[in-house]
Amino acid sequence: MFIIKYKKIFIGISILLVILSIVSLSVFGLNVGIDFKGGALTEVVYKDARPIQVDLSVSLEALNFGSVLLQPTGDTGYIVKSRDLNETEHSLLLKTLSEDGKVSLEEKSFNSIGPSVGRELTKKAIVAIILVSFAIILFITYAFRKVSKPVSSWKYGFMAVISLLHDVIIPVGLFSMLSHYYGAELDTLFVVAVLTILGLSVSDTIVIFDRIRENLKNRVGTSFNEIVGKSLEQSYVRSVCTSLTVILVLLSLVFFGPTSTKYFALMLTAGMFFGTYSSIFLASPLLVLMEELQAKKK
Amino acid sequence: MWKKRILALIILILGAGIACFVFKSEPKLNSNFENQNSFFKHSPFRLGLDLSGGSHLIYKADVSAIGAGEVSNSMNALRDVIERRVNLFGVSEPVVQIQEGGFVSGGEEKLIVDLPGVTDVEKATAMIGQTPLLEFKTEAPKDQPQQLVVDENGVAKVDVSQQFVGTELTGRYLKKAILEFDQNTREPKVGLQFDDKGTELFAQITKNNVGKIVAIYLDGAPISTPVVREEITGGIAQISGNFTPTEAKQLVGRLNSGALPVPITLLSKQTIGASLGDNAMNSGVKAAIIGFLLVALFLIFWYRLPGLVAVLSLCIYIVIILTLFKLLPVTLTAAGIAGFIISIGIAVDANVLIFERVKEELRSGRTITDSVSTGFSRAWFSIRDSNTSSIITAIILFWFGTSLIKGFALTLGMGVLVSMLSAITITKIFLSAISFIGESKFARFLFSSGLSK
Repeated sequence: MFIIKYKKIFIGISILLVILSIVSLSVFGLNVGIDFKGGALTEVVYKDARPIQVDLSVSLEALNFGSVLLQPTGDTGYIVKSRDLNETEHSLLLKTLSEDGKVSLEEKSFNSIGPSVGRELTKKAIVAIILVSFAIILFITYAFRKVSKPVSSWKYGFMAVISLLHDVIIPVGLFSMLSHYYGAELDTLFVVAVLTILGLSVSDTIVIFDRIRENLKNRVGTSFNEIVGKSLEQSYVRSVCTSLTVILVLLSLVFFGPTSTKYFALMLTAGMFFGTYSSIFLASPLLVLMEELQAKKK
Repeated sequence: MWKKRILALIILILGAGIACFVFKSEPKLNSNFENQNSFFKHSPFRLGLDLSGGSHLIYKADVSAIGAGEVSNSMNALRDVIERRVNLFGVSEPVVQIQEGGFVSGGEEKLIVDLPGVTDVEKATAMIGQTPLLEFKTEAPKDQPQQLVVDENGVAKVDVSQQFVGTELTGRYLKKAILEFDQNTREPKVGLQFDDKGTELFAQITKNNVGKIVAIYLDGAPISTPVVREEITGGIAQISGNFTPTEAKQLVGRLNSGALPVPITLLSKQTIGASLGDNAMNSGVKAAIIGFLLVALFLIFWYRLPGLVAVLSLCIYIVIILTLFKLLPVTLTAAGIAGFIISIGIAVDANVLIFERVKEELRSGRTITDSVSTGFSRAWFSIRDSNTSSIITAIILFWFGTSLIKGFALTLGMGVLVSMLSAITITKIFLSAISFIGESKFARFLFSSGLSK
């Protein structure tokens, strides 16, 4: 099997991508949205042409709402980002945006989140991430509870966790780039995307590892790496096909779906893609590599 | 053999029946919707605020003055009061729910109010926060000097508010308010019934003011200024203030909804305009249809006859899940639709696992019928394992999520569960039903996959 033969190349690609993601994450960082830090986001669309940005910025400055960010959106709209606003401040903002009622506008959406709600959500997100990771690791432990030779069962689990990290880190790195260049914000859906990737990507790895153990039991080949190669041969079509169907629906969500779930779908697509890559080109080659190292020691 | 074919036929008919239900119960699809019977009318999809447009408000309840044991009681009372107030706007399907302050929520008691279709958030919050202030005032003593105010037209007026002085009797002592109509004039009136303390106060006031005016103030303005004829001891009063029936009804509702048991402050609010919601809804549906078509094309191209069967069982899966969304009901949000769309992709997973196994069995020289049944039993463990982790994630997300995440977790989790069932049972029945096509070369071609011949 060529994957086993050139395993170092494939493992190398994964390592490179993970390093790139970590670099991108530390250079660009993540743009935390108002879901978590609190604040207000107002989106308005003008009936005719929108007022000049500089003029509006000046009059918004006069409101004393702290730093107010004005971004053009669409052909005749603006998005205003500010700290969280109460009712009077909100109507004051709308009045200013409409230049005291001189230009007519429609408020498409308004979202104001108090800092305490943001803190609460952050706490919840962290708890959810910890719980999901914990549950998935438990599940992996359970799935690989039966000892198998020549590689002991905890090592399968360990590899599954490594490829899981790989599947999450790369989309997050990608997101930090989107966040830098296109202003994507870390919101609730981002956390959901990360957790969903955790759930989806581990299953692929488990199915392939199951195959390896079944073939080990039936002594399909003579050496460990031959058996792993055969198992991959038997299961890679299935892995690619199942991810392909999910990627197809995700892509249609990216291109045709609602704006609010665009980045979410894009992250999941990346997660799905690298999840499949890691279960075929990373997890099993790593197993073989580990077995070879073990054999050398003896 | 015939048994299996009849079973397959029954499933097809059932599937078509459910599809018919989904279609008929959707006002946008069914032009004849108004004439349907109530069962269909009561089951349209329930849309979340981000799709229907509306306001989402989060209030913090200040329960610091309340003993620990009483918190949940007062929160329920608070919810009831807010619910009654919200119902007065005539919003369709408002949702008012309590979010308990547990360890995760940072110990704050919250109240979440969803108002579909309400985009004027100022008006909404004003109405929710508003307690009607009902006061009874008596004539000021005659000897008290009254000021004349000259208005801009040069007309001298006596300031009305100085003519009356407040009493202890307020809306606090109200037991209930009812809508009444005058026997002769059919004019709407608001009947008031005081509690014990209120009755006592009212009797005292009326006794002391026979022949004088007792003014009834609502929110600081006099709405009725009746002259007292005699002492009233029954604790019943009436306001006749030239109301329209709607006004009177609203006032009754507001008076009955009473004061808030605990003070609340608005923490966050979100408004989604109707046009934005519509756009999100349309593109969500579009993405679902395109996604489904892509998957169907791929399945038929790659898996041929079994692929076609999988598409058929996928269709049945979709109508089943849509019906569940309607009947449970599940509130659909943009994230929820995303979850559903992803579940279409995952639903195929089980079929793919089975087909790959079937293909292997075929290669090892078995007959088609044999391969199908062994393929199914061998694939089951992989199917179970590969879906377990998704279900774990969905459960945790549902448990911990805000309403947005819950929508996603619910549709994804339901999708994975239902699809496991539909893929295994329905596809199996269909595949067994068509295995009559024999063992010819062409039949084997139809059952193989990919680029092989």
